[in-house]
Amino acid sequence: MKDEGKQRRFPTGDLARVAVFAALIAVLGLPGSFNVFGNATPITLQTAGVMLAGAILGSWRGALAVAVLLVLVAAGLPLLAGGRGGLGAFTAPSAGFLLGWLPGAAVTGWLVERAGRSPRLAHLLVASLVGGIAVVYLVGIPVQAMVTGVSLSSAALLTLAFLPGDLTKAVVTAFVAKGVQRSYPDAVPAVHRERLRTGER
Amino acid sequence: MNDLSGAYVPGSSPLHRLPAGAKLAGLAVACTVLVLLPSPAALGGAAVVVAGLYAVSRVSPAAAWAQVRPVRYFVVALFGLQWVFVGLEGAAVTSLRVLLAVALAGVVTLTTRTSAMMAALERCLRPVRLVGLDPFRLSLLLSLTVRSVPVIAALAVRVREAQRARGVERSLRAFAVPLVVSSLRHADALGEALSARGLDD
Repeated sequence: MKDEGKQRRFPTGDLARVAVFAALIAVLGLPGSFNVFGNATPITLQTAGVMLAGAILGSWRGALAVAVLLVLVAAGLPLLAGGRGGLGAFTAPSAGFLLGWLPGAAVTGWLVERAGRSPRLAHLLVASLVGGIAVVYLVGIPVQAMVTGVSLSSAALLTLAFLPGDLTKAVVTAFVAKGVQRSYPDAVPAVHRERLRTGER
Repeated sequence: MNDLSGAYVPGSSPLHRLPAGAKLAGLAVACTVLVLLPSPAALGGAAVVVAGLYAVSRVSPAAAWAQVRPVRYFVVALFGLQWVFVGLEGAAVTSLRVLLAVALAGVVTLTTRTSAMMAALERCLRPVRLVGLDPFRLSLLLSLTVRSVPVIAALAVRVREAQRARGVERSLRAFAVPLVVSSLRHADALGEALSARGLDD
């Protein structure tokens, strides 16, 4: 390596990972990509995709994947759950939950990065609960209250309906992340970072 | 997922000809004004303005409805909740504000080409240069993501079929783990292909 700049630059492999994960979050939101109880209750895994991006790519790469997805959504592509897209998603009362995905993925990733080379299931679960639910709600509920002009508590009440689904998805995320990291060790943020540092390609 | 064209409706109205950046800035200002408007009468006036914008843009009513449709249940729930807690006038103000913000964003989405919007948003994302993502890599990242969506969707279909063959159709783990692992493999192969083409130089 000749100069410092090259070392610090964004590696091409990570570029591909971020792009593919942004696409994965979009695909997990497609209707019919996975329906848990037949087709009657369409539960999409999009929010699980956001938590997975953090848990597997690490903090800021996970957040970047979310940012890329949100830019494409804002540009009008129908990539949100159920084929929604366009700027309307960002002026709707639920906009805060979308924007909350950014710190949500980052916090999930930050917590998983601290779990070492082989994160335990409990650690992954805590990371998904804190990043994917607590942080996202912390941004989403105040924005909803602000946009609609209702009180914080009634905004929280409206959000309560999504809590059981989100809790399920956090559990799913933890199990899936564990399974993925067991069969593909390079999916652990700490392992990936180490591999980049030693320059092995 | 073969329709990734977005919601743009071709046309030659003054709204269509306005640059995307100006429309984005206008939307931000208009939404702020909406939050500040206090009375039903003022919001009624805003509704007339929004309706006028749709008339000027000459998009079909069906396309306009498609933009507002995603929030229809939310608005009904919000109206009911607010009626109980703050009365009819407050309920009308709150629901109208939400509807108008989404409709305004919709008119921008409908009259702006996806590519033009993407270019405008890309300019907003300039600060990522600080983490080593130059403008070229940023646009590569965005187009790589758009290209990856159908690829990952096809992977998801293949995993679904394998699941059916194994008789574990209802297992979420048997869906998500192979999907994420094969997405990662695809991403890492893609990264290697990009470096082989000299993208690291």
